Amino acid sequence: MNTQIHDTDFGTPARVSERMVTLEIDGQQVTVPEGTSLMRAAAEAGSMVPKLCATDSLEPFGSCRLCLVEIDGRRGFPASCTTPAEAGMVVRTQSDKLQSLRKGVMELYISDHPLDCLTCAANGDCELQDMAGVTGLREVRYGLAGANHLDSQKDESNPYFSYDPAKCIVCNRCVRACEETQGTFALTISGRGFESRVSPGQDQPFMESECVSCGACVDACPTATLQEKSVIQFGQPEHSKITTCAYCGVGCGFKAEMKGNQVVRMTPWKDGKANEGHACVKGRFAWGYATHPERITKPMIRSKITDPWREVSWEEAIAYAASEFKRLQAKYGKDSIGGITSSRCTNEETYLVQKLIRAGFGNNNVDTCARVCHSPTGYGLGQTLGTSAGTQTFKSVEHSDVILVIGANPTDAHPVFGSRMKKRLREGAKLIVIDPRKIDLVGSPHIKADYHLALKPGTNVAMITALAHVIVTEGLLANDYIAERCEEKSFHDWRDFVAKPENSPEATAAITGVPAELVRGAARLYATGGNAAIYYGLGVTEHSQGSTMVIGIANLAMATGNVGREGVGVNPLRGQNNVQGSCDMGSFPHELPGYRHISDTTTRQLFEQAWGVTLDPEPGLRIPNMFDAALSGSFMGLYCEGEDIVQSDPNTQHVTAALSAMECIVVQDIFLNETAKYAHVFLPGASFLEKDGTFTNAERRISRVRQVMKPLAKYADWEVTQLLANALGLKMDYSHPSQIMDEIARLTPSFAGVSYQKIDKLGSVQWPCNDAAPDGTPTMHIDGFVRGKGKFFVTQYVATDEKITRRFPLILTTGRILSQYNVGAQTRRTDNVAWHAEDVLEIHPHDAEERGIKDGDWVGVQSRAGETVLHAKVSERMQPGVVYTTFHFPESGANVITTDNSDWATNCPEYKVTAVQVLPVTQPSEWQQDYQRFNETQLELLEQAASNEGKA
Amino acid sequence: MDTQHLTHMANQIGSFFEAMPDRQEALAGITLHIKRFWEPRMRRALQQILQQDAANLSPIVREALQADDSWQPAAQ
Ligand code: SF4
Ligand code: SF4
Ligand code: SF4
Ligand code: FES
Repeated sequence: MNTQIHDTDFGTPARVSERMVTLEIDGQQVTVPEGTSLMRAAAEAGSMVPKLCATDSLEPFGSCRLCLVEIDGRRGFPASCTTPAEAGMVVRTQSDKLQSLRKGVMELYISDHPLDCLTCAANGDCELQDMAGVTGLREVRYGLAGANHLDSQKDESNPYFSYDPAKCIVCNRCVRACEETQGTFALTISGRGFESRVSPGQDQPFMESECVSCGACVDACPTATLQEKSVIQFGQPEHSKITTCAYCGVGCGFKAEMKGNQVVRMTPWKDGKANEGHACVKGRFAWGYATHPERITKPMIRSKITDPWREVSWEEAIAYAASEFKRLQAKYGKDSIGGITSSRCTNEETYLVQKLIRAGFGNNNVDTCARVCHSPTGYGLGQTLGTSAGTQTFKSVEHSDVILVIGANPTDAHPVFGSRMKKRLREGAKLIVIDPRKIDLVGSPHIKADYHLALKPGTNVAMITALAHVIVTEGLLANDYIAERCEEKSFHDWRDFVAKPENSPEATAAITGVPAELVRGAARLYATGGNAAIYYGLGVTEHSQGSTMVIGIANLAMATGNVGREGVGVNPLRGQNNVQGSCDMGSFPHELPGYRHISDTTTRQLFEQAWGVTLDPEPGLRIPNMFDAALSGSFMGLYCEGEDIVQSDPNTQHVTAALSAMECIVVQDIFLNETAKYAHVFLPGASFLEKDGTFTNAERRISRVRQVMKPLAKYADWEVTQLLANALGLKMDYSHPSQIMDEIARLTPSFAGVSYQKIDKLGSVQWPCNDAAPDGTPTMHIDGFVRGKGKFFVTQYVATDEKITRRFPLILTTGRILSQYNVGAQTRRTDNVAWHAEDVLEIHPHDAEERGIKDGDWVGVQSRAGETVLHAKVSERMQPGVVYTTFHFPESGANVITTDNSDWATNCPEYKVTAVQVLPVTQPSEWQQDYQRFNETQLELLEQAASNEGKA
Repeated sequence: MDTQHLTHMANQIGSFFEAMPDRQEALAGITLHIKRFWEPRMRRALQQILQQDAANLSPIVREALQADDSWQPAAQ
């Protein structure tokens, strides 16, 4: 879908109202919803009123006085941006008088504006220039000799945009964008009258202020004052395509603005339903990795990981991988190989990899990185509600009265949704946060959590059961809802269980560390505060009781009638962009696409017929099981597409031992990631800019990914999988990903109505999409649960095995931050390192002092699994006894410390709880020293690749 | 396969279902879970654990696995 570069700007936001008003503007009749501004009504009638301080992403402000109009029967010249349309009005947007007033306004602006239009970066995209043209400005009487701001200093501190105060017209759009759209409140207008200028924080440079570099202000700025550096470098774009962000599970729609094959900038798509014109620092700015010099664009092979790489042709690489897989199966049996699909690849690519494994390898040893993040969501929501997905659209939050955030940090990990949530909170919705850390939402500008239940890591289940206890024992159940929609026996079992005295907040306070009164207050608020919605993240799933906690969340929502309409629901915030999609596409070893168990004969037969093979009815190995099987000698080959299990999976030394035990590892990726350092075949992948396909976000929204440049290494990832399949004797001959989607739709009832044509028509579509819901399903479980009757489960708290002891007296929990993404392979190769150049260990002042640790010191973090060394950051955000780090850099080795404890139902690792000791040290840990040596060797072996080209 | 790890995993499953007031439902839940989510070689190793190191399995897991053999993989 090609779109025009400049969208129509209606000046003020669209209004929703059941009442319509009809009026006349410039002789045209126009009918608009009540509350619409005259400016917007005029635009709809075809008259674009001149404007500078208004734009349709922001509430009107009425400061520039350029948008004046005349209204019959009214005196003066009201501003059309702030005047609502009324029935029967007769409005003129153009007259001699209006023209002369506007010209006067423009003259004042221009008298204090550098006239370097020809060499200005915004030339061709400047509203001030446009308005000078529209108002017919021909001369400026005041001259440039008077007082002006032309010598002001530029602020170049932000790596992605510059701020040139000389060009500022003080329209306030940036300030409002930062407040209304982003919710950060980083900007103010400082100074008065002529002196006034935009300023981040307390007259600080952008990088030192609260600014999170979302770019909303840059988008809103009508001049070159706030300007992307990429536009300054490359000039204005000439064409654009709509695509989808490849970072987080929000799945923002973007306009890739191009010059030939060169991306000039990415701007959030106004009509994108996931983001409604907003973006974050990753999606908007951190795309430079796609053309980073470290991209590997030639296939490579080697027989041992101590050998140098050898660049080979695609044919040779594929033939070698296929022959190795065949050899291993002949030697160790059919089940000795498997593969991992990627949550960063498209639905079509993921589908193809699982098809290759099930139909080509002949086993079900396929898994995906959702194993290590949201597999408990799949299990827990599947068991209780009947489907493995969030129940709402993001927009639904606009109807929530109470928002319960559990183990998620939306402002960092899902920033655009975080902004939408904050907007609702500023409008007055109540907030409950259950998190060991004082995340930003607990207290940020104009937002304060009504309850922050700062529980001890690993005690979620005790907490959710205590909340349920209050709801049951204080008579706050939605009895009619339960009677109508839920299984009676399971409800009674659950009710009797949670009502037991040992599950009361008073009894569990000793476990969770949270005072009973707070728990009671939060439970009452959730149950009685109106529409209550739960949003949760990996702080829920990545525990030994992750699945139990997801079940507990669903129990709570059902018990209070909070599923099945707008404003409520159970919403997992997905980590990577296509986690939802990769799960939907049958990436789990026990499930075919659409979450149908492999042992189900009818489903299996459907696929057997379509694929022309016999399928194994037994579930395959999950990722941690693959590692265990490798170490015991029965799993010897792996096809790993677009994942970096060495860096992202827990207990690194266990993972690398397992990989070292395998005989053939095929890695398909855009960079030589940590896993590739253990690989024998490297197949170059393609970035999201280089291929067509679809991603599915956390609200089940399927959006198009569109190719804007050719694959650097010749093939898109789906083509590489197809080559490998054919070499293994499984015939595939797709010529476009849309054909793969058609096959998915034919075989998967919840996708039956999905096609590229439909997505193009609707912009995006939320599954289930079929005959019953041809335009998709925004809200699930409206008339009843997908599984039939909702099922409650008893949620007994079981303490984790990771207990603190004298040797390991602290709890380490891990997480992520705004500027970096997952293993960081992409974001580390962008200027986002300006915000986060290394992983640090956050520690409470009390714990730090006890150990003689000062801010910035090197500290050793030791667990039962291993040891690593990081810089300490002493921080009040932590509670005493708990330390925190991120895993964005391989050398920091966060996962050297995490253990292979895992969720009981899904083996999702317990990343969030590791017992550790932290002590000051003077040198890197032994693992880090080994890693450094290993890494240097591997990079040397890579360097030899090009020179080995063609050598036998 | 690492038998200690598998024993631990089986016992974790046991602890979830053990809380159910209906003992039959709990026992059936344990075997069904293992049947639906464990790959055959893991289940084969579990058979061995049941024969040789059953003492390390929690009582409810032992009872469940002994009460019903539907979780056992087909003979190779
Ligand atoms: S980039 Fe975003 S956070 Fe920073 S000042 Fe602009 S709107 Fe505010
Ligand atoms: S920086 Fe841009 S948006 Fe902000 S006040 Fe100045 S001209 Fe307006
Ligand atoms: S919020 Fe997520 S999807 Fe949206 S731009 Fe940021 S990283 Fe991309
Ligand atoms: S656009 Fe209406 S006053 Fe500026």
